[in-house]
Amino acid sequence: MKLLGILIALLLTAGCQDKKADSAAAQKSENEITIGAVFAMTGPIASYGQESVNGIKMALEEVNQTPINGKTLKVLVEDNKGEPVESANAVRKLIDINKVDLILGSVASSNTLASAPIAQAAKVPLLTPASTNEKVTMTGDFIFRTCFTDNFQGVVMAKFAFTTLTKRKAAIIVDNSSDYSKGLQKVFKEEFNRLGGAVIQDNFTYTQKDTDFRSLLTKVKRADPDVIFLPGYYSEVGLILKQARSMGMEMPILGGDGWDSPKLQELAGPQGIKGNYISSHFSPDDVDPRVQKFVKDYMARYNEKPGAMAALGYDAVLVIADALKRAGSADSASLQKALANTVGFEGVTGAITIDANRNAQKSAVVLETTATGNIFNQKVNP
Amino acid sequence: MSEETAYLISDFFTYLLNGVAQGSIYALIALGYTMVYGIIKLINFAHGEFYMIGAFIGYFLISSGLPLYIALPAAMIGSGLVAVSVERLVYRPIRYAGRIPALITALGTSLFFQYLGQGTIGADPKAFPTAFENTTYQVGDVFISKIQIVIFLVTMVLMTGLWYVVTHTKIGKAMRATSFNMNAAELMGINTNRIVSFTFFVGASLAGAAGVLVGMYYNTVEPMMGLIPGLKAFIAAVLGGIGIIPGAVLGGLTLGIAENMVVGFWISTYRDAVAFAILILILLVKPAGLLGTNRKEKV
Repeated sequence: MKLLGILIALLLTAGCQDKKADSAAAQKSENEITIGAVFAMTGPIASYGQESVNGIKMALEEVNQTPINGKTLKVLVEDNKGEPVESANAVRKLIDINKVDLILGSVASSNTLASAPIAQAAKVPLLTPASTNEKVTMTGDFIFRTCFTDNFQGVVMAKFAFTTLTKRKAAIIVDNSSDYSKGLQKVFKEEFNRLGGAVIQDNFTYTQKDTDFRSLLTKVKRADPDVIFLPGYYSEVGLILKQARSMGMEMPILGGDGWDSPKLQELAGPQGIKGNYISSHFSPDDVDPRVQKFVKDYMARYNEKPGAMAALGYDAVLVIADALKRAGSADSASLQKALANTVGFEGVTGAITIDANRNAQKSAVVLETTATGNIFNQKVNP
Repeated sequence: MSEETAYLISDFFTYLLNGVAQGSIYALIALGYTMVYGIIKLINFAHGEFYMIGAFIGYFLISSGLPLYIALPAAMIGSGLVAVSVERLVYRPIRYAGRIPALITALGTSLFFQYLGQGTIGADPKAFPTAFENTTYQVGDVFISKIQIVIFLVTMVLMTGLWYVVTHTKIGKAMRATSFNMNAAELMGINTNRIVSFTFFVGASLAGAAGVLVGMYYNTVEPMMGLIPGLKAFIAAVLGGIGIIPGAVLGGLTLGIAENMVVGFWISTYRDAVAFAILILILLVKPAGLLGTNRKEKV
């Protein structure tokens, strides 16, 4: 009984301490600017979220060495599990309870699309480092992105297929359950046709979570394309690549940034991964000294090579810091204006200019996928 | 023969082959559904999770360097034991509570294992290690991979084994008796609880074997992997006539082949819609399933 009493007493005091901590968080410190970061720390795209937060934390430390107008930046990370509903809840909590000055996130466009209207309504600027779907920034004037959009990515790959690889007959395999995939299909097809190439008219589609693509690939093979465009996410793409090669399909297969995860190498296997190309945001092999310094610092800190998501997260914080310097104050209206006026900011993912639609105009890289990692092939400017 | 016709024929055989490989997997899972239903009239929705558990046991064992001929039986025994525990702890206490509570419990068990897997192992798909060199053979224009042959052979061996156990052994006789009438079987001195446990064990080991085969075939395992194949296998069991062992095999192969033909000759978007339309048509004509004229064979 005595033990129980002690236990209750302990629990009560613990509760009190929690409350104190909460009210401290709610009370905004005069010398801090708080950024709410909403990323998938668990779930199917957790590797994207964790990498982004790594990049964000590293940038934060660099920025805080010289406080901006006497203020330092502080990040509160919320896990959205890669789900739209969780993303919306997280943003609401960060705005209502933590009173953050700005939201950073998320990766998957569907997640950002779900949370953007809440930030827009509260007039809290939201900046996504990695959501490429066109619709994301159409939510309103407080929604920004520091990555390129799918319209650009699709054009880059169509040009690469036609000009660099000199391919003339393309088949497109689409993930029918993804807006990202369907958007890229449309752009690639238009650009490849415009350049003078032919796109096979048949509908080659699959849905997320499918595992058997052999019959679909038999059909693609029969249509005899010399290049395949496969805008999907790494979980299915890995299986498709493996099965395609095992059926004797040796033509290059092209994709977008949805392929850019070390998981792809594991799932596709050494035979499947070879000789394919993707468009992405960043390559650790880029010889640009700014990139090389970032890669060196990142490896010293995390003991692994940074991927595109780490670089995008890093750049996003630096863009925010740059905007804060120019804004002079952290109130949402001046921050919004300063972000919109970002011109030619030199980041590790390229020079970032925010256009009238609050999208970043910046370069993309084309990478060749190999069993040991992705190799830099070329940089494409908008 | 024109080139077009030649293409058509070789494509047809490719789709057929893919369908048989996929159908064998459905059949292996469907067997467990049908056996459990035959004995205690329970639609065990957690059955797809036994398949997932088998796949993960295979994944961990092969990753640690064990060969397939050890990993496969170990995965079968492992998922069999999990199934026996589930039956003992979850299904047996509510066996006489009626069919709806049992069904809800089965759904709950299924969700429990899915989220347990996500919580402990993580939700991201894991790449299944290669157990052996997957050579591809080319016959004319048709590609057959070694793994497809392995799937087919393992399925055949397991099904023959099951058929032998059910029809030629004492425990098989007891299973048939229990299925026919549980009370009467008990009065004849059969320990029906033991028979139910045995049925769960055998059904889940077949699903576990299917899990390992699928892991090798598609090179990926994840905690939610049992959901769709479990559902499809349930359909396959109903299609063949639920409670009838050869029906589960026939149903699985029919579904697998139908799906691949739809993808091949039409469009993959309609794969499930068309496959299920076929199912509904068959059930309209034969409500008890393809082999469901009489129920004497049920186990």
